[in-house]
Amino acid sequence: MRGKEKKRSAIWKETLIEKALLASALVSVVVVVLIFAFLISQGGSAFGRISIIDFLLGTKWEPTSVIAPSFGTLPLLYGTMLVTSIAMVVSVPLGLMAAIYIAEVAYPLEKEILKPVIELLSAVPSVIYGLFALVVLATWIQQLTGTSYRLNALNGGVILAIMVLPTVVSLAEDAITAVPREYKEAAIALGASNWETIRSVLLPSASSGILAAVFLGFGRAVGETMAVLMATGNVAAIGSILEPTRTMTSTIAIETLEVDFGGLHYNTLFALAIELFVITFAFNYLADIIGKRLRRMGR
Amino acid sequence: MNKKILKQRIYFQIFRVVTASVIIFILLMIGIFITNGASAINWTFLTDKPREGMTQGGIFPAIMGTLYLTLLTIAFAFPIGVASAIYLVEYAGESRLVQVINSAITNLAGVPSIIHGLFGFGLFVTYLQFGTSILSGALTLFLLVLPIVISAAREALLTVPKSFREGSLALGATKWQTVRENVLPYGLPGILTGAILALARAAGETAPILLTATFFFSAGAPAVPTSLLDGTMALSTHIYYMATQHPNPALVRSLTYGTALVLLLLVLSLNLVAIVIRTRHRRRRNW
Repeated sequence: MRGKEKKRSAIWKETLIEKALLASALVSVVVVVLIFAFLISQGGSAFGRISIIDFLLGTKWEPTSVIAPSFGTLPLLYGTMLVTSIAMVVSVPLGLMAAIYIAEVAYPLEKEILKPVIELLSAVPSVIYGLFALVVLATWIQQLTGTSYRLNALNGGVILAIMVLPTVVSLAEDAITAVPREYKEAAIALGASNWETIRSVLLPSASSGILAAVFLGFGRAVGETMAVLMATGNVAAIGSILEPTRTMTSTIAIETLEVDFGGLHYNTLFALAIELFVITFAFNYLADIIGKRLRRMGR
Repeated sequence: MNKKILKQRIYFQIFRVVTASVIIFILLMIGIFITNGASAINWTFLTDKPREGMTQGGIFPAIMGTLYLTLLTIAFAFPIGVASAIYLVEYAGESRLVQVINSAITNLAGVPSIIHGLFGFGLFVTYLQFGTSILSGALTLFLLVLPIVISAAREALLTVPKSFREGSLALGATKWQTVRENVLPYGLPGILTGAILALARAAGETAPILLTATFFFSAGAPAVPTSLLDGTMALSTHIYYMATQHPNPALVRSLTYGTALVLLLLVLSLNLVAIVIRTRHRRRRNW
């Protein structure tokens, strides 16, 4: 009798534990739903008072103007895209070359050192990169280009390039390493040099993985805040790469603490967050489906 | 020499130079932080409050603030994250629900940290009225590091061979006994690695706590927060404030570099610890 009771309580305990574990796993779902619902409810209510067209395509972001507040986010989208594009133009070729070097050229010992160093690089907090851009890099870039603006889009783009480099390098390297050995061996057996093998066999085979790396890097760069906030000068205007610019992320960081809770400006910041999320989500999603296709091809 | 080989040499040299330049640039950057920051760091700097409008004194409250924030964050994220991973790997099969949970984790990991910050500001700081506080900041950081803890723990559990579970179950152990005695101990190094990386990430994050937890130093503030509902200083935001909000940033540059160096050392050493645990575990693993 007692044995049976003990068994029943053991089963009960097992069920309880499983339910508790399930509850923990559901926290992520609840959180994601909560974030979306909150963003949409807070951001959505801005569109009763301003039109969505003016919000997306308006060229003036002057939310605190006393006479005629204006909530056009085009300059902010422009700033984000400008800085991110510079970052990708710099980091993709460099990252790809470094990835090829690490995957195919480096001696095993070099590889042992380079890989952890690249990994550590991605651990450096963004505010540290931001400080570096603000104090050191800005001076270098100003001396090099002779621009009259110390803080500008180029400065933000370059520091962002350094920040996304580890992502691009390690993912591109994974993609190159994942190409089946036989491909490489076949090319070498046909008399191709190592470089010819890399260029005409490895890189084409790894291309979708590399593309996924680029998209992930892009998504990361779009969402980055501190480094860009400290490096770009934060003027919401559509200008050249040597002029100050302002990204969507910086705008949220700067203005959130200055708004009245529940006011129109407050709501537009949430709407801006939705816009930002849609962009990063699109890039992550692209990277994800390309990555999935790659895995399917690998098998 | 063969033209083909010459071409290859040239390309490989270019790649080597590019890779080396990237590494050199980074070392240069870290070198600048060390040379400019090291002179600011001394015992007083680490144990004193900021004084004379932050032009003198130290960063003790910021160190404590970062400590409180990260430890509270991990106190939320570790149990929930590990439990999630155990559920996903050990209990859940291939159900629709699991797909939903997995895609939620992926999405959560993809949300830019500033959006976490804005959400934390809207929900915790204002709506739930936790105010600008350690609690609001830690809850916000919790959202940010949860996917990191889950993914690391999941990977760690997946590397434990199936036979470990089967052996235990065959001997009559229950599911939970099997997980507790025969799976978790072997996954532990990987789980801890993930937790340490999450800790490092939380310590370095700036934007989310800028909106939810920290304030620009004020002279009357206590050196150590007395309640979780107090606002706090933190290393990362202190760097930002000193570099951009201080009336005379050039005057406090050396203190700013000092703070940055402390944060950099903290984050990098946490990462090194994680790498060491992982490699030692890999080497010792004999299954």
